[in-house]
Amino acid sequence: MSRPPIPFTDRIARALPQIVVAPSFAAILFFVYGFIAWTGYISMSKSKMLPNYDFVGIRQYWRLFQMDRWSVALENLFIFGFLFIAVAIVIGCLLAVLLDQRIRAEGFIRTIYLYPMAISFIITGTAWKWIMNPSLGLETVVRGWGWESFRFGWTNDETLAVYALVMAAVWQSAGFVMALFLSALRSVDQDIIKAASLDGASPWKIYTRIILPSMRPVFMSAVVILAHLAIKSFDLVVALTGGGPGYASTLPANFMYEMTFRRNEIGVGAASAMVMLATVAAIMVPYLYSELRGKKHV
Amino acid sequence: MTYFSKALVSAVALTVAMAAPAKADPKAEVLHYWTSGGEAKAVKALQEAFAARGGEWIDAPVAGGGGDAQAAVLRARVLAGDPPAAVQIKGPNIQEWAEAGALADLSDVAEAQNWDAVLPQTIQDIVKYEGNYVAVPVNVHRVDWIWANPEVLAKVGADVPTTWDEFNATADKLLAAGIIPLAHGGQPWQDATVFETVVLGIGGVDFYRKALVDLDMDALGSDTMVAVFDQMRKMRGYVDPDFPGRDWNLATAMVMRGEAAMQIMGDWAKGEFAAAGLEPGKDYVCAPTPSEGGYLLNSDSFAMFNVSGADQVEGQNLLSELILGTEFQETFNLFKGSIPARTDVPRGEFDACAIKSMDDMVAAADGGTLLGSMAHEIAQAGAVRGAFIDVATAHFNSDMSSEEAVEKLVSSIKLAM
Repeated sequence: MSRPPIPFTDRIARALPQIVVAPSFAAILFFVYGFIAWTGYISMSKSKMLPNYDFVGIRQYWRLFQMDRWSVALENLFIFGFLFIAVAIVIGCLLAVLLDQRIRAEGFIRTIYLYPMAISFIITGTAWKWIMNPSLGLETVVRGWGWESFRFGWTNDETLAVYALVMAAVWQSAGFVMALFLSALRSVDQDIIKAASLDGASPWKIYTRIILPSMRPVFMSAVVILAHLAIKSFDLVVALTGGGPGYASTLPANFMYEMTFRRNEIGVGAASAMVMLATVAAIMVPYLYSELRGKKHV
Repeated sequence: MTYFSKALVSAVALTVAMAAPAKADPKAEVLHYWTSGGEAKAVKALQEAFAARGGEWIDAPVAGGGGDAQAAVLRARVLAGDPPAAVQIKGPNIQEWAEAGALADLSDVAEAQNWDAVLPQTIQDIVKYEGNYVAVPVNVHRVDWIWANPEVLAKVGADVPTTWDEFNATADKLLAAGIIPLAHGGQPWQDATVFETVVLGIGGVDFYRKALVDLDMDALGSDTMVAVFDQMRKMRGYVDPDFPGRDWNLATAMVMRGEAAMQIMGDWAKGEFAAAGLEPGKDYVCAPTPSEGGYLLNSDSFAMFNVSGADQVEGQNLLSELILGTEFQETFNLFKGSIPARTDVPRGEFDACAIKSMDDMVAAADGGTLLGSMAHEIAQAGAVRGAFIDVATAHFNSDMSSEEAVEKLVSSIKLAM
């Protein structure tokens, strides 16, 4: 029993999706995953100024974790990442709930809050650098008003510089989080809310017990988006603090750049990049896993 | 070798031979990061001199990052097997590229132009690899300068200090008079600049050489180094609270305006005074930081890479000859505010600070006290320099004790070696 042969044009038509996707698939496979693999290998090599393929095992990682600069960068990443995500979500959520009260000129206000997202981190960083400069910025202004002991030189204080980063980053991203939450708030089924208020639930209860819990997926997306912003933060540090005072406010991405491009330590730079990748993966993989598993049940 | 590949090789050889006739027009692609102000003018002067001798100059400026961006371009070009003819690199980076076998031998030009006779030994060591010239020095910047405002110093009846004890005493008096003693910008390289002048001053020339050049672990972990960090802690008290992140030229402006009395900075600071129309000796004073005749130099240079083709090699030779020629050394350094690397350039056009710098360099070269700067990538580069800078800046910007700083210094230098 032989089937009639499939006409050539049909075969083409059937394979067309694969054919169209293949070049970009190949490109991504090579340029993204291929170079991740290459970086992974370099991180276990002797590379200094030029790539060198002599294998040295985990020596570069061992050196990396002895470097004071790296432990500062890693610690900063945890402080910055945690505070940035938490504060941006709390403020974004609060703004969204307030905007959701059917107020006047909502569109206008929403645009104002969302606008910082359209600015690059370089601009945000530079503007905040001036605001926080003790002799140019807010500190001088407030002191001029008569509050002589006012201090706002966060970027100049080695213990506070990392919080200055948080402040600028939150200013930039909170509006975006607000937009995410606002659209989620609007998509909550109004009938449930009506039913709840008929049952005598207070607005507070309605928000905390019904609306916010139903927005769980949005929280999840917000965390993932903010987390990867935090981990790859580079330009904000360069513009706002320059990593200083000293290197008190460097982040891992700055460390990687410094080692790879300025200090002829490509091996250590690659090792730090791999640690950053692992950090991102630690956040993304569980998320993707739960998302993809969820899809299968549909 | 198969017949086919033999044929291929001879075909290629033939093409190359045809493309490059025996007496080729010199041609050089020059990769540099002198893109602003006086530096750009200085490069233009070189370009014109090169063209006047019939050369074709292919300009490849890479702006930004004090050479970081250029380093990335250079690496990519060399890995791709297509290096530029001449590249602005300095210090131990020259040695590293030479070790990688990427640099051309300039012995012929050097011999014809008698470079050995006109360059101080310390500079020769920088641009030679295994006894052969592989790079051409362009200039010398002195790093260990104090730039002072004499009017402000006069307010407390002081002169530019000549010992560190005097420095501290003057600074204390200035503090008491409500004047900022030291104008400083809290950027890691500036912290390291002050650090190395203190190492030279407190430890002396031999100590500097042992600790910062030879990386002798005993010297790095010694009590002298503890004393160096003690002095750095004092210096921290002499800067104003707004110093973090400040650019060096803004610190220079503080001295000009009389807000601060002194700045420790290399002689590129002179350009700022000159641009403001101030005169050395009258409106500002330049004096070496306290040390026993030490001289910390920073020298820019062009390294010549291995290129193929007679026209490119010709271009390299011509370029090398021009760069170290007295004429270009004079024009360039007048534009740049530095002094010539060779010692026999006419001095008429140079200002008082430059002439003092030339005299001191010759004296230091004779006395064996001419040293490469660590902060400016002459004594050390890459990872080791980074480790020094990290510790100097971490100590300066925190309340770390001197003992802890010394411990950190030893361990991070070991890690970086």
